[in-house]
Amino acid sequence: MRLLVDALIVLLILTNLRLVASSHLAACIYVVALQGLVLGLLPLLVGTDPLTLRACVLSGLTMVLKGIIFPWLLLRALRAVQVRKEMEPLVGYTTSLLVGAVLLALAMWFGRRLPLPVSEASPLMVPLALFTIMIGLFAIVSRRKALTQVLGYLVMENGIYAFGLTFAREEPLLVELGTLLDIFMAVFVMGITIFHISREFDHIDTDRLSLLKD
Amino acid sequence: MNTPSLILPFLALILSPLLVGIVNRTKAFFAGRTGQPLFQLYFDLAKLLRKGAVYSKTTSWIFRAGPVVQLAAAITALFVLPWGGASAPFHFNGDLILLAYLMGLMRFFTVLAALDTGSAFEGMGASREVQFSALAEPALLVGLAAAAHAGHDHIAPPLGNFQGALSLSGIYSSLSMDAWLSSGPALLMVAGALFVVFLAENSRIPFDDPNTHLELTMIHEVMILDHGGPDLAMILYGASLKMWLLGSLTAGLIVPVRTGNAWLDASAVFAGLCFLALLTGVVESTMARLRLLRVPQLLVSAGFLSTLALILLLWR
Repeated sequence: MRLLVDALIVLLILTNLRLVASSHLAACIYVVALQGLVLGLLPLLVGTDPLTLRACVLSGLTMVLKGIIFPWLLLRALRAVQVRKEMEPLVGYTTSLLVGAVLLALAMWFGRRLPLPVSEASPLMVPLALFTIMIGLFAIVSRRKALTQVLGYLVMENGIYAFGLTFAREEPLLVELGTLLDIFMAVFVMGITIFHISREFDHIDTDRLSLLKD
Repeated sequence: MNTPSLILPFLALILSPLLVGIVNRTKAFFAGRTGQPLFQLYFDLAKLLRKGAVYSKTTSWIFRAGPVVQLAAAITALFVLPWGGASAPFHFNGDLILLAYLMGLMRFFTVLAALDTGSAFEGMGASREVQFSALAEPALLVGLAAAAHAGHDHIAPPLGNFQGALSLSGIYSSLSMDAWLSSGPALLMVAGALFVVFLAENSRIPFDDPNTHLELTMIHEVMILDHGGPDLAMILYGASLKMWLLGSLTAGLIVPVRTGNAWLDASAVFAGLCFLALLTGVVESTMARLRLLRVPQLLVSAGFLSTLALILLLWR
């Protein structure tokens, strides 16, 4: 079980990496979908031994929302704006990989030093959560397309969710569900906004939007 | 030092051209061609050795020394290379760095000989070769360090003293099934990184196309255009030995057969090598060459995989 959890965590780290190394927006969306699905599996594995209804509901909802509905919404937005690639990121892809390596080391180092009130399911859980949050932030600041920034936001939220899994036994279900609903609304609204930005200005480059004056 | 470990390097000298044959047969199968015979490289080598060499007047002794040094470095490296659990004739702490730099020496002399001809195309190939190998080397060394860390609880009794823990033979004898069970994900990443290095260093698709005939896109082939006869034979043979070297490092990792019997372990690694050659053929048949700009990215990814494996194992 421990090996399986570790393997899934490594898979999550690699999906983060793939996200910052890829220029195809559709590929990025699929990567985030995969990340959502794997994250959905984790509550079943890290919790207490007998499967509770709570864990199953949480896992099922996460997988459906993060693995299917969000990607579907974003893919629809992608089709509507007719943008295929992130052409000129502010930080290049090879550099992004190096930054990713540094962030990972930082997350590992920090995760070790963070005193936690509860014992975690795997020693990699907290570093993974921190790394995912950092990668999400990095994707937001280093990419130009609004769609990639939405993905960064989603990944960051995935990281917070992974952090919450550490306390899976203490946290009430209602809080998790509330967060998921919030994220759902956010992605829904952002999908529509991206579509409108693209229809109004023929592009979704956010750094060009900052030059607008009223 | 026991008998198998003395005989194995010589077996490698005989068997290494076979790997190239397996790759070519696989590619022929995928393309639906009859293809060249399995032992074609042996025939080629025999043919080239019977020929004379032609040297350009602009070249110096470096050009002639290149192939000799390459072959010598490759053969030397074979003597520190373990076959999985079967240890090498020579092993000492840190011999993995010797192996990496013997391959570096090979590359250095290929590059020098290419630059010595004064051809613009060869200089271009040399520049690319050096750029890519500079990125492949960290992936290799960090990957081996991670492997050393993964196995260091499982070192087999003959090398059990801490002396062997940082030698290639020590590392590879400790990568048993137990090591895989306790740190499988990390070892899998190291295996992936080593396979990428294997493809890059042996000038295989997706990094380089060994069959290309366009000077602008060649990397390794363009550097040996001016060599002929016995020199070319030495280079081709040296390249097949290099494939064997890096292949054994990968195959010894992915085949965790550690019975204690050197012959059994070595044959398991040989089976792994044949599988690796087959896999290379499949990769070459199903993938296209990467654009040159994308190559560093893939190599850095391999380096990242190695680093990730090392970090995971350090903080286990």
